[in-house]
Amino acid sequence: MTKTHLKDYFHESEMFNARVIVAIIAILVLMGVVIARLVFLQIINHAHYTTLSQENRVTLVPIPPPRGIIYDRNGIVLAQNSPSFSLEITPDEAGDMDTTLRELGGLIALSERDIKRFRREIAQKRRFEAAPLRFNLTEEEMARLAVNRYRFPGVEVVARMTREYPLGSLAVHAIGYVGRINEAELKKLDTNYSGTTHIGKLGVEKTYEDMLHGTVGVEQVETTARGRALRVLGRIPPTAGKNIYLTIDIRLQAAIEGVLGDRRGAVVAIEPKTGEVLAFASTPGYDPNLFVNGISSEEYKALQTSLDKPMINRALQGQYPPGSTVKPFYALAGLEYNKVSPEDTVACHGHFQLPGVAHQYRDWKKEGHGVINLEHAVEQSCDVYFYTLALKLGIDKMAEFMTRFGLGHKTGIDLPGEMSGVMPSSAWKRKTYKQPWYGGETLIAGIGQGYVLTTPLQLATITATIANQGVQMKPHMLHAIQEPGSAVITRQKPQQNVRVPVVNEENWRAAVNSMVSVVHGGRGTAYSSIGRTATYKIAGKTGTAQVAGIKQGAKYNESQTPERLRDHALFVAFAPAEAPQIAMGVIVENGGHGSSTAAPVARIAMDYYLKDLLGMESAAKAPEAKSPVEGTKKVEPTPSPASPEAAQGVTQDE
Amino acid sequence: MNQKAIPVYARPKEQGFLFRLLQRIHVDIPLLCGLLLLSTAGLVVLYSAGGQSLDVLMRQVMRLALAFAVMLVLAQVHPQHLQRWAPWLFGAGILLLVAVLLVGDIGKGARRWLELGAFRFQPSEMMRIAVPMMVAWYLANSPLPPHPLKLIIAGVLAIVPTLLIAKQPDLGTSLLIACSGIFVIFLSGVRWRYIILVGSLVAAFVPIAWSLMHDYQRQRVLTFLDPESDPLGTGYHIIQSKIAIGSGGLYGKGWLNGTQSYLDFIPERSTDFIFAVLSEEFGLIGILAVLAIYLFIVMRGLYIASQAHDTFTRLLAGSLILTFSVYIFVNIGMVTALLPVVGVPLPLISYGGTSMVTVMAGFGILMSIHTHRKLVPT
Repeated sequence: MTKTHLKDYFHESEMFNARVIVAIIAILVLMGVVIARLVFLQIINHAHYTTLSQENRVTLVPIPPPRGIIYDRNGIVLAQNSPSFSLEITPDEAGDMDTTLRELGGLIALSERDIKRFRREIAQKRRFEAAPLRFNLTEEEMARLAVNRYRFPGVEVVARMTREYPLGSLAVHAIGYVGRINEAELKKLDTNYSGTTHIGKLGVEKTYEDMLHGTVGVEQVETTARGRALRVLGRIPPTAGKNIYLTIDIRLQAAIEGVLGDRRGAVVAIEPKTGEVLAFASTPGYDPNLFVNGISSEEYKALQTSLDKPMINRALQGQYPPGSTVKPFYALAGLEYNKVSPEDTVACHGHFQLPGVAHQYRDWKKEGHGVINLEHAVEQSCDVYFYTLALKLGIDKMAEFMTRFGLGHKTGIDLPGEMSGVMPSSAWKRKTYKQPWYGGETLIAGIGQGYVLTTPLQLATITATIANQGVQMKPHMLHAIQEPGSAVITRQKPQQNVRVPVVNEENWRAAVNSMVSVVHGGRGTAYSSIGRTATYKIAGKTGTAQVAGIKQGAKYNESQTPERLRDHALFVAFAPAEAPQIAMGVIVENGGHGSSTAAPVARIAMDYYLKDLLGMESAAKAPEAKSPVEGTKKVEPTPSPASPEAAQGVTQDE
Repeated sequence: MNQKAIPVYARPKEQGFLFRLLQRIHVDIPLLCGLLLLSTAGLVVLYSAGGQSLDVLMRQVMRLALAFAVMLVLAQVHPQHLQRWAPWLFGAGILLLVAVLLVGDIGKGARRWLELGAFRFQPSEMMRIAVPMMVAWYLANSPLPPHPLKLIIAGVLAIVPTLLIAKQPDLGTSLLIACSGIFVIFLSGVRWRYIILVGSLVAAFVPIAWSLMHDYQRQRVLTFLDPESDPLGTGYHIIQSKIAIGSGGLYGKGWLNGTQSYLDFIPERSTDFIFAVLSEEFGLIGILAVLAIYLFIVMRGLYIASQAHDTFTRLLAGSLILTFSVYIFVNIGMVTALLPVVGVPLPLISYGGTSMVTVMAGFGILMSIHTHRKLVPT
């Protein structure tokens, strides 16, 4: 070791130590930076990051509220929630989706549609969220799944509450149904629907959606970064939807639908004093349960293409010429406008001609009714009398008067999709067809044909109005509301729609008397079919609406006309005539004569309602208080509101 | 200087049996204590970060045992041998790195592994020891401070493996290897004007490096600059890590009570981001305790380096311990959003085997350098 080397060694060592000191200073400075950063994050911004961490940790999971139950006026369940079992798959936990679906297809019935809908749903959800593949699993399918469960990770059978309509198609056009929320609806819904899958689509299910739905609950769940729930931290329970009682008496409804049977038709029955709709039938119907979780395309196609058009709500949306059923109203108009008096007569020879026009306007009775006054003209439905009256009134007076009753306007019933019908006037024709009104059209309108269109609901409503001496109560379906978890049932107050003003109250009696004659008069059009055997007084009017035009001089022959071109049979009525409890509008499509087809339907319904349901012995002895709860009153909590017997005590007065 | 050489011989004779045994097997007791303390703290944090899995914990204990064994073996190897092997080790390392690029296994999107019969081998880990050894060997051959030409060659020796590893790509390791070479050069007493010159050149090189980077690497840099810009993508890791650290506060949420960690919000929570778990559960107090242990180990390492008796061991020891401290700062800087996310583990705390063995091998060399001094002729 030389001296130079040694000197270098010391020099190097010194230099090295100087660099080490630089390094130590650098390390201490960096240490200071790191600690400053940590103080910044952990002390200065601690509160901010604590909040963020809390937000990370807790997820709010909505709990959908149970939907309100729908009862009829006597507490019979029309729509309820029942558990149904569905198959759900969590994509994150399941293996290859194609394989899983193929293998599941071997165990349970899976349609193309199920798979398509499922794939769309998983594409929208996060991978750890379960999506339903099949609804309404059968016992057998569940058993098969249980046995093979080990083969399918991430596949679960889940019990969900599903809307169920225990009476099937009965009153479907009034109740409607719920279905899965679609994209258009989703855009309009607020957070209250965050956990809800179904929404009212039709009928009262749609009208009273807000009432039936309830308020969403929230569960605070501790969740992992991937969204898996670990434990529940807190819970705000949902508020169930309100239970609603419809004005419908489902027994009457069943009786009416039973009488209509396979025929296409509609019947609306209204309590004149209150406007409560006692029955609301449109046949044929369909099973609303099919729509709850999505109807199969084959079933939907079958309903859509059926010639009977079961999806059409005839009572609400079917617009028919009212035919002769409007005659009592025109009679009243003639009296009101002083164009006729009850004693004035018209000579009927079986046809009518406008001055200077060759066209013959026929009476339904070829040989004519002879000399006839107002009451008998209604009783026998004399067309010539009403041609004459129409000519005296003129279309605009006719329109003015009928519009007071609400023709050409919606009744305002609490059902979605109501049609307004048509009550023509000269102004209406100018506006709609850009044509003048012709005199012949006035005659046709005078017997309820031509442009005049009414819905069965409107027919029942105006009939109830005449029964109620001009006070028209708004027809409605909502009878009472029950708050969730409460035994208190709050009755809805009836609302008055309009009051048809009359100059002379006597005129009501004349109109009603003429309608009583229709049923009970010896030559009344409905005498032989229903009046002869009636034990109480019915006021009614038959009607026939032409479906196919008949050539001048030709004769309508029912038996030779194809069924679907036959006339529609109509009948309006209320009973008992002195103290009306029920007013009805009946239409049987292609039923032929109102007297032979439509009137018996009304008679059977009224018999059943007045005698069996109201317990009325005869027309002379009209019952006082009938069914519903008056105002608000407390009742004992019923052990099972689902049971008709138990619930009957709730709504039926002693 | 003379004083510093004395204490080794001045220890009293009445030391206990364990002390004498450890001395006999060339263990530096203060360093060993620091390392044991640190790995114990690491196991405590890992138990929580690993979801209280005993399996994870046992595997980490096995790795630690292996790493300590490697440390003990290397402590027995005389520094003269290391100096002699340096060029061979380095040469072999370069060949293996080239082999990795040609036939290596791909794991996590990068080519880092070499299949050698039954076990897999990461040549870049070997280079973390071989590069400082090689540069120190080269510079120790002639008097210091080194001649500028020698500096350039030393620089090339460090840059070649750096580039080969960056190509795999493994940005974190390549930067650390570059650091280990640079530290040797720095400690060799290179003049400040050269340091400034090279520094300016590197600054000029940054735009060129940017154009050579992979998209994901650029994305990491961009996300680092503004993590909130992509909160569901690359920025997510940083944001969640900051939330974990910040919500820990002064005292932490308590052991096993870190919600960010338990609910999976912290990415890579038992490996690269374990510092966030530590911060969330033990707070600033816990971090300061761990930093104190690190500081003690680094200071002890620098002390060993300054006590070394020849140029090679001095440079090697200094470089190894400074690289170790860079690990700490890069990892903490990354987790606290001060630096870009480069995959560098927190030494001796993060879960994972290879890097731990390399780190402990470095400490083995430090111990060897310190305990073999008496044999160095002075």
